[in-house]
Amino acid sequence: MSLGPTAYLVLAAALFSIGSIGLLVRRNVLVMFMCVELMLNAVNLTFVTFARQLDDIAGQVLVFFVLVVAAAEVVVGLGIIVSIFRHRTGATADDLQTLKG
Amino acid sequence: MTPTIAASAPDLVVFGVAAAIILGGAFGVIICRNPVRSALSLVATLIGVGVLFVAQEAHFLFAVQIIVYAGAIVVLFLFVIMLLGVDKVNSIRRDPLPGQRPLAIVFSLAMGALIVALARWSWEATGAPSQGGTASGPGTNIEKLSDSIFTQYFFAFEATSLLLVIAVVGAVYLARRPSSPTSHIAIDAIADTEPAEDSSAEVGVVASSEHEGIAPK
Repeated sequence: MSLGPTAYLVLAAALFSIGSIGLLVRRNVLVMFMCVELMLNAVNLTFVTFARQLDDIAGQVLVFFVLVVAAAEVVVGLGIIVSIFRHRTGATADDLQTLKG
Repeated sequence: MTPTIAASAPDLVVFGVAAAIILGGAFGVIICRNPVRSALSLVATLIGVGVLFVAQEAHFLFAVQIIVYAGAIVVLFLFVIMLLGVDKVNSIRRDPLPGQRPLAIVFSLAMGALIVALARWSWEATGAPSQGGTASGPGTNIEKLSDSIFTQYFFAFEATSLLLVIAVVGAVYLARRPSSPTSHIAIDAIADTEPAEDSSAEVGVVASSEHEGIAPK
């Protein structure tokens, strides 16, 4: 048996906080997207830790579903980013000020 | 609370190295100015998380993590970065909302401290097991995972297939080029980039194909 759950949970909390800081501070849309992936990975690490700690395979099943949803999210999100920035130069969130249909 | 288990030295070393890789990669993602370096730092973080999956006996999820995340998603990120061009604008220095950055850091750190407090003291919510089955016992990890997915969570599994189909159709729809210039997306693009050149080209085509007596559209 290896380490207790607390070390993993604290590490996951740190990773989640770093992802949150990056999501709120950075202005590049792609880097913001990567920070969302960081937060998803922190949650996955928490799920796997609880799956081992509570001796329950459902946590790992949930991580599997999170991976599928993350893949779908990245595909659609990057498609939106490409279609927005096809005619612009930089991928910065501050450039997206106009709300037009 | 759980019984404290005496951790052996190799586990501590594995956890320490993986934690250093994870945190270093995460800081690299949010600090690097070049998005390509952010993507490569993201690979380091994903592999570190995969190592901790192995350390907690989630072997199938480790394989999926490497294949899907580090293989597919990061490659997709790199493709989009190369497609859009690497942004040379110094995006860290710009701060259009005054006070937004320190507030963001303070709120994020407070949220992290809250999660740590929850993890330290009250992480056991109900203590009731789910209906998914146990993680330990006889059989390999992938056998138990597949047993649970294809029996207890079968409806959710089928729903993810529907989700993937929707994502693929949406991505194809978003990435296609506008076919007819009458759609408002194309008009927007033309108005954004070069209105004069495009209209003159269209007039030229009309004038060369049918020489006289045509009213301009």
